[in-house]
Amino acid sequence: MSAVANPTRAAREDTPRSSQAGAPVVRLHDVHKSFGALKVLDGVSLDVGPGEIAAIIGQSGSGKSTALRCINALETIQQGTIHVCGHAIHDPGLDRRALRRDVGIVFQSYNLFPHLTAEQNIMLAPTCVKGMTKAQARDLARAVLSHVGLAEKAEHYPEQLSGGQQQRVAIARSLAMRPKLMLFDEVTSALDPQLTGEVLKVMENLAREGMTMILVTHEMAFARKVASKVVYMHRGRVWETGTGAMLDDPQTPELRAFIGNGL
Amino acid sequence: MQSFGLAHVEFLAWAALWTVGLSAIAFVGGGLLGFAVALLRVSSNPAARVAAIVYIQIVQGTPLLILLFLIYFGVAVIGFTGVPAILAAGAGLTIYASGFLAEIWRGCIQSVPKTQWEAAECLALTRWQRMTRVILPQALRIATPPTVGFLVQIVKNTSLASVVGFVELAQAGKLINNSIFEPFTIFVTVAVFYFALCFPLSTWSRSLERTLNVSRR
Repeated sequence: MSAVANPTRAAREDTPRSSQAGAPVVRLHDVHKSFGALKVLDGVSLDVGPGEIAAIIGQSGSGKSTALRCINALETIQQGTIHVCGHAIHDPGLDRRALRRDVGIVFQSYNLFPHLTAEQNIMLAPTCVKGMTKAQARDLARAVLSHVGLAEKAEHYPEQLSGGQQQRVAIARSLAMRPKLMLFDEVTSALDPQLTGEVLKVMENLAREGMTMILVTHEMAFARKVASKVVYMHRGRVWETGTGAMLDDPQTPELRAFIGNGL
Repeated sequence: MQSFGLAHVEFLAWAALWTVGLSAIAFVGGGLLGFAVALLRVSSNPAARVAAIVYIQIVQGTPLLILLFLIYFGVAVIGFTGVPAILAAGAGLTIYASGFLAEIWRGCIQSVPKTQWEAAECLALTRWQRMTRVILPQALRIATPPTVGFLVQIVKNTSLASVVGFVELAQAGKLINNSIFEPFTIFVTVAVFYFALCFPLSTWSRSLERTLNVSRR
């Protein structure tokens, strides 16, 4: 069981935390995407290396969530290339299920399955996709649940959990598939400050364990503290990129205005 | 001339059993067929969707009476003579029920939020797994009250099966009336029988609606 006990630590502990080491896990090159006449992504390029924590920030409508959804092939792009964990997302012949085995995603609205308990929510994919037995999957579910501090809530239904607890179950559900990359789409936007804190703590632990993560967030303090790369998006473009320190010394007037309004 | 008595009520009670039997055939047959059509209706294949839509529109746009005539007499024209009344009535009601149940259930499947599909998709579940493990269990809860409610429609509409010579409750009432001619007494009794069959169903439907909405489980 020791392999399961720490489900996110998959022989990645000593991975250097910089994009220079190894091929990027995620590489977007000149990505364009429109919804009808509305240009949402206007030539986005972005590299995220193994073990990196990339925080995408920006106003609503800046294209940050769309960019994240494109990485997981939830949206199709019109131009450019996206490579994720060796999968060519722009390729029409993309094997989506293979991609989704490598990439976990957590949504703003949790999207737990309301008819299943926390544990059953987590067990579903390992049994259906990885062919685990119920007993194996239950052990795994217990392990990832205690990892997010919710071991005692295994038998609770989502409606019996607080928003923060639901979101942590959702994170655990993704972790159970042992993804190589985790995407977080404004996962704390629906939570009050206290519940936000407990979810961010789980994410911070994940970061410390070496998980490669891309998060779309409005939590500037979290971005500054945890992210190894901060990406400011504006009008469908990557406007400014840097480390967390970039937020203290913005180079563009747009970022300066954004931080001024946002903090 | 004999007047309305216990023997007549007994005859009606037997006929009511046939009404129940015919309703059961229509519900089971229509349920199976309707479920298949509902799945086609939400399929990712456009051709399957169009076929399902056309089927539903044709069935819903045809009076049940005409459907029954078509099956009973129409089948004879293309060579199958002497179709038993129960078969014709059962087939007609099955088709009728399938057209409506398919549309009711399509609505229930589509009322499960899109984000549930997305979450299941992002866990690498196949389309079939998404449907059977995530969407249908939730749709089932939504579907139960309107489905039971529709059962009432099926029970009442079995009365049309009398036109193909099937002796169910309504036809039995007509037969009794032909011999003793006491239409008011007879058809009030028939109506009471229908009410006794339908009232529990609609009560059940309403209580299901309450209980299933209180707890989301």
